[in-house]
Amino acid sequence: MARITLKNLAHSYLPAPKSEDDFALKEMDHVWDDGGAYALLGSSGCGKTTLLNIISGLLRPSQGRVLFGDRDVTDSPTAERNIAQVFQFPVVYDTMTVRDNLAFPLRNRGMDAAYIAERVQDIARMIGMEDRLDRKAKGLTADAKQKISLGRGMVRQDVNAILFDEPLTVIDPHMKWELRTQLKSLHRQFGHTMIYVTHDQTEALTFADKVVVMYDGRVVQMGTPEELFERPAHTFVGYFIGSPGMNLFPARIEGDRAILDGGEVALGARYAAQGRTQIGIRPEHAVLTSGPGLPVAIRRVEDVGRHRLVRAETAGLPLNIVVPEGMPLGPELTHVSFAPGKISVYADDWRVEGAA
Amino acid sequence: MDKTVNNKAWFLVLPVLVIVAFSAVIPLMTVVNYAFNDTFGNNEFFWAGFEWFEDTVNSSRMHDALGRQILFSAIILAIEVPLGIFIALNMPKKGFWASFCLVFMALPLLIPFNVVGTIWQIFGRVDIGLLGRALAAIGIDYNYTNDALDAWVTIITMDVWHWTSLVALLAYAGLQSIPQAYYQAARIDQASRWAVFRYIELPKMKGVLLIAILLRFMDSFMIYTEPFVVTGGGPGNSTTFLSIDLVKMAVGQFDLGPAAAFSLMYFLVILLVSWVFYTVMTNLDRENAP
Repeated sequence: MARITLKNLAHSYLPAPKSEDDFALKEMDHVWDDGGAYALLGSSGCGKTTLLNIISGLLRPSQGRVLFGDRDVTDSPTAERNIAQVFQFPVVYDTMTVRDNLAFPLRNRGMDAAYIAERVQDIARMIGMEDRLDRKAKGLTADAKQKISLGRGMVRQDVNAILFDEPLTVIDPHMKWELRTQLKSLHRQFGHTMIYVTHDQTEALTFADKVVVMYDGRVVQMGTPEELFERPAHTFVGYFIGSPGMNLFPARIEGDRAILDGGEVALGARYAAQGRTQIGIRPEHAVLTSGPGLPVAIRRVEDVGRHRLVRAETAGLPLNIVVPEGMPLGPELTHVSFAPGKISVYADDWRVEGAA
Repeated sequence: MDKTVNNKAWFLVLPVLVIVAFSAVIPLMTVVNYAFNDTFGNNEFFWAGFEWFEDTVNSSRMHDALGRQILFSAIILAIEVPLGIFIALNMPKKGFWASFCLVFMALPLLIPFNVVGTIWQIFGRVDIGLLGRALAAIGIDYNYTNDALDAWVTIITMDVWHWTSLVALLAYAGLQSIPQAYYQAARIDQASRWAVFRYIELPKMKGVLLIAILLRFMDSFMIYTEPFVVTGGGPGNSTTFLSIDLVKMAVGQFDLGPAAAFSLMYFLVILLVSWVFYTVMTNLDRENAP
C-alpha cells in the first residue's frame, strides 16, 4: 500500500501537443492518501479513464511523474506497480473455471497453493459465488462475470491500490447497491487505497471519502461529499453534483451585494470578484416567499415524493427550487429569496471566497 | 397463438429447386446411374449392383491414393494452422502497415489455381526455374520430376504459400475482435505471453480457427489442379491424390463405373467429415452455455 503522488502530470494523445487544448489531461499536482477511498467523478470524455490508466501504468504520461510512496513509477510497467484494476466491461478468462479465474493473478505470481485456495475461498464468499466455483466462466451472466472481475481485483492482499473503471455499468440497479456496499466494507476491512471512476454522482458520493471532480481534463475539486455540495469550487461542480444541480445566474458583484437582472441579492459577505461573475444557489437553499426577494414565475411543479421540485423562471433564466413536503403552494408566492450564507460567487467559473 | 397456415409460400422456393436440380441433382444422378450399372456405350446399361463399390473399396490403388491424401491434408494443416496463427499474432494491429500486410497476404489467394501450379512448376524446374537452379547451384540435389520426396516438398510448399494467408487473415480477424481491456487485465494479472495466448487469444480465435481448419481440410482433401499442373501425379504415383486418381480413372481409362462409385464415396467422405466438424463446433459452443 502506498500514497500516490502525481507531480506536474499531464497527458496528450497527440505526439506533439501545441496548445493546452491538445492535452486530454491538463497539468496537475495531487496527492492521494494511503488507504483512502477516492471517486473520480466527471462526465464522459473529461479524462477520468486517462488519469486512471496513467496511475495503473497502462499509459505513460506525456509529462510529469507518478510516485507510489517515495518510489518513482512513471516508467515502471503495470506488473511492477502491483496494482489491481477492474474494467468497465467484465474481463474473464472464458475457458477457465470461476476458481481458476480468481486464482489466476496469484498463480502468476507464484504464490503457494494452500494460500491460493484459502484466498479464492474467501473472495468467492465475498462475491457470493462459492456454489459456482467449478463452473466454466463462459456463459455466466454479465453481472456474475463482473463479480469475478471484481474478485480478481481484490484477490491479492498486498496491492498498492485497487482501481475501478466504472465497474458497475453492466450490473442491475439492486446489485449495484449491494456490490457498492460490499466494496465499501472491504475498504474498511483491508484499508486498500481505492480509486473509483464513475460518472454517476450517487455512486461517487456513497462510495468515496473524497470525491475528485474532473472537468475538461482538469481536477476542479477534491473534497468530501459535503464540501462538494456546500462549497463547489467550480460552476461545473455546482451544476454536476446535486439533483437538480446548482442554479447559476450572471450577476455583477458590488461588495456584499449581487446585482441581477431582476433585482439585488444580499450575499452576507464582501467579495472582490473580477471578470465574468456569477452567483450560484442550491435549489435546497432557495425559498419561495410572497416578498421580498426576486420576482419569480412558477412554470411547473414536480412531486418527487420526499419533496417537491418547482421549475420557475426569474428574469428569463430558469431556476429550480426544492419545496419541502407540506408547504402549501399558492398564487401569493411571487418572489424567491436566497439564504445569504449559502450563496456561492464565481468569477470565470471559479469560486471566490468572501471576506466578512 | 394462432399462426396463419399458408403453404403457397413453398411455390416461392420452386425456382431455386429447379436451378439446383439442373445444376446439381440431375448431374449427380447420372453419376449414381453409372455407379450402379455397366455400359458399353450406345446408352445400353447393365445392372451391376454394388460391384463397382466393392471393387473400389478393395482396390489397393485406392487405398494408396487415400493414404497419400490423408497424409497430405494432415501435413498442410499441421503447417498452415500454426504458421497462420503465428503470422497473425505478429501482424501490425493498425496503421499503414496493417493495411499493407492485409493486401500483401491476400495476393496468393487471388491467383487462379492453375496459375499457382504453373508458377511453381516453372519456379522449381532444374533447367530454367529460379528455385531449381538456385538449389542446384548450392549443391542440393533437387528434382521434383524424378524424386518423390522432392515432389512432395514442392507441392506442400506450394500449398503453404497459396493458403497460409487464409488461415492468417481469419486468425487476424479473430484477434482484432478482442477488446483492449483483456490485454490490460492480463498485464495487471501479470500473465505471461504464453498465458495471454492460451487463455485470451486462443479462446477468442477458436471460432474462426475452426472455420479455417474446416475450409483448409475440405480444399486440401479435394486438391486437384495444382499438383496436376506441377507433377501430374508423379513421379510414378507418388503425388497421385484422390481427385487426380479419379480423373485418371474416369477420363484416362474411361472406367466410368468404378469412377462413379468412387466419386460418390469421395463425396460422402467429405460430407461426413464436414458434418462431424460442424457438429463438434456447435456442440463446443453449447457445452458451457447456461
